Amino acid sequence: MAIDATKREQELVEQFLKETTLFLGPEPRLMQDHGLAPITNREIQAILKENDPSIISMARSKMQAGANEAYEMLEQIGAAPGAKWGDVVCGIFTAKGDLSIVSSGGVLIFAGCTQYGVKYIVENWLNDPEVGVEPGDIFYYNDARYGGVHNTDQNLILPVFNNGELIAWIVTVVHEGENGAVEPGGMPSAAEQVYDQGLAISPMRVGRNYKFYKDLVTYFQNSVREPKLQVVDMKAKLHGALRILQRIEETIAEYGVDAAIAVLRKTLDDTVEEVQRRLTQWPDGKVRMMGIADSTLRENLLIKVNLELTKKGGELTLDFRGSSPEFANRANNSVTSAMKGMLAQLFLSFVWPDLPRNQAVLAPMKFIIDDHSIYNASYDVPNAQSMMTFFPAFTVTQAALAKYLYNSPEKATKLIAPWYNMIRTTIYGGITQHGETVGNLCADLNGMPGGAKEGMDGEHSIAPIFAPMSEQGEQELIEEEIPIMQLSRRLMKDNQGFGKYRGGQGYQMFVTQKESDFFGFMTTTIGSKYPSTYGIYGGYACPAYPLAKIKGIDIFEIMKNEPEKMVYTTEEIMNNRPFENATYTTHHGGLQFELAQEGEIYIITQGAGGGYGDVLDRDPELVIKDVEENLISEETANRIYKVFFNPETLILDSEKTEEARRKEREDRKKRGIAYQEFVKNWVTDTPPANLPFYGSWKEKNVIYAGSPDNYMTEGNLKAVWLPNPKDVRIAELETELKELGDKR
Amino acid sequence: MKANITEYLAIDLEKEMWCCRKCNHEIAPARSNYKEGLLVYNRDPQEIHKPIINPDWYEFTFSPDPNWCQILEYYCPNCSTQVEVEYLPPGHPPIHDMEFDIDALKERYLKREGQKV
Ligand SMILES: [Zn+2]
Repeated sequence: MAIDATKREQELVEQFLKETTLFLGPEPRLMQDHGLAPITNREIQAILKENDPSIISMARSKMQAGANEAYEMLEQIGAAPGAKWGDVVCGIFTAKGDLSIVSSGGVLIFAGCTQYGVKYIVENWLNDPEVGVEPGDIFYYNDARYGGVHNTDQNLILPVFNNGELIAWIVTVVHEGENGAVEPGGMPSAAEQVYDQGLAISPMRVGRNYKFYKDLVTYFQNSVREPKLQVVDMKAKLHGALRILQRIEETIAEYGVDAAIAVLRKTLDDTVEEVQRRLTQWPDGKVRMMGIADSTLRENLLIKVNLELTKKGGELTLDFRGSSPEFANRANNSVTSAMKGMLAQLFLSFVWPDLPRNQAVLAPMKFIIDDHSIYNASYDVPNAQSMMTFFPAFTVTQAALAKYLYNSPEKATKLIAPWYNMIRTTIYGGITQHGETVGNLCADLNGMPGGAKEGMDGEHSIAPIFAPMSEQGEQELIEEEIPIMQLSRRLMKDNQGFGKYRGGQGYQMFVTQKESDFFGFMTTTIGSKYPSTYGIYGGYACPAYPLAKIKGIDIFEIMKNEPEKMVYTTEEIMNNRPFENATYTTHHGGLQFELAQEGEIYIITQGAGGGYGDVLDRDPELVIKDVEENLISEETANRIYKVFFNPETLILDSEKTEEARRKEREDRKKRGIAYQEFVKNWVTDTPPANLPFYGSWKEKNVIYAGSPDNYMTEGNLKAVWLPNPKDVRIAELETELKELGDKR
Repeated sequence: MKANITEYLAIDLEKEMWCCRKCNHEIAPARSNYKEGLLVYNRDPQEIHKPIINPDWYEFTFSPDPNWCQILEYYCPNCSTQVEVEYLPPGHPPIHDMEFDIDALKERYLKREGQKV
């Protein structure tokens, strides 16, 4: 009896605590778990009942087709620039909230994070007496801390019921752009707190009977700069989701509810099994790689990405310890779920594109990530520019995987050097030529060049790192709507990741604004001092990229009155400085929002994919082809590839080339130093005092934070607060002024 | 029996040696860091990624900052093939990037005989 009383008391206490939790925020246990929910009895029952593989296959195809259809619909009816050009994804989840089926097009990472949002609803609202989940309910969220990349991506979630039984969830996600943050366009690099990131909707019901609550929608609209966009795209996402619902209902009508439930669970379990089988083919052992993210988008820093992979049998461990600590007041921190979603995208797009696209690809993998590191951002640090650290994590992992994959007897893709990893475009805000207030981004970011491949060169400005199928938009249509004009867009010469096979190349863009009194730009890229995308097997990285500005001119006046002065390449415009009274400057790629006058020019350059193999192994005819196509200069052909030819006829001088290559091989032997001896002179005990270095150096468990004297130990990381460079500069100038005053 | 590991490196499983795939040179014991058997050259990144715009005028020129970034080039001491390239901040220890379980690899290759490798 005493035991019963104690038990009852315990239950009462637990119930009391549950009912009086003061804040149901994102729960760390849930947010750290990228695995699958344990299989339920209902799922086992369904799989046992429906075991005909042809039925399973047909039911899966029907639901997959529904996801694809919804994706197409969103591209057609969505209002956000992101929606039109493929920054969208649609998916179907199990009843417990695991992502099982995703549209073939679109940005998988969005759906790869949304499982956490769905699981939050299952855990907190499903059985809550006040909230609950009913057929016809619409749920919604955009706060990335509940599972997302950044708050600009908005997720719409529908429960799927069959005769009162919850059997699945549907999600449609769009990169909406504007969300009322401190800067327009939804991805504020100026955010110093989470409260600077704009609208922060935690997973909540926003409608019933497939209709939105108007009062709530009005509140969302009231919080952003583009109220019309907000409501139009909520409706677009709802109708995309309803199409998927229709296809699921048809699947159930045709094949039975057990088939639908079995498909959703079996797709996940089969994926796990197949991933384990493929991992078994890689050599067992460790592969290590590091990279540097060279900016917070406000200041240039060396932010280390450290990775140690361990592969044993069918399991892969990704250990990111030794990477930089998080930043208390910068936006480049990654929520763990976003970083994992990005790596799921790496495996599903670049390693095993033949696998079903779902979250189970990561289930056989383990992650080790320090709390308060750049890859495990705390609840209270901003994350609007998480890409600035998780894209580098993608690149480092992609380069490391090449060292396992070469030896794998089966491969689903060609071996590939890292894809270019930065979103080189303009984010914009202001008032259009039609008097509308806007804030969003251009789809040029989708023009990333591909990495070099085994046996073939990389493709130029082909697709973004996060979506194999997406578009760059129709510039003429964009110019109708917003005052941005592109004056030049062409592949940039000598912008190449050199190698036996070279990376794909990117274009440069001259961007300006026309016919607005109030319009401005942001850019959000790293890699201006330290290349962001590396090569493999002896191939080189991409170059470094500035943002260039030509201010104090109206290019439209110049083109009208002195058209002969206009040039169309960065090299010509910056080196020849053809316009009098203009200022010509270069900057790192983190431009915080600034107003641009009509006719002022901003130059952005898409990067280049990483190179593959030794430059001296490159077929001289391929080098000459690159010269012919204006991709490299004669000087680069001579200096890097040691290829010589007649510049008039482009006929190879094979003798001279052979001789130059032979001599270069000799020179390598002369200048190369034995490794042990080299290391003795090269390695320093701590990061150089003049480098703002963040991360481990000689030992993985000692993590530096900006100077050799400032370090933390593994497991004890703390967020680093960075002073505003403007304040630092003001303090310097004040000191100078004081010194000058003293002298006087 | 050789296990190809990268475009230029293989592991000779009988001799337990890292080898150059171009010239068969035995680089280093398979259970050690293969870089120990290679030549290294510390390259100024501006020699590879040359400034495209005038470095006297501009801070950012398309060329990496040599104070922040250096390129380590690794050559086969016999045939001079550039086996690997590493971008590092000055003074940062080179990465021991590949450390495979040689026993497991051997076992797998014995099982794999007759298969395409
Ligand atoms: Zn060799």
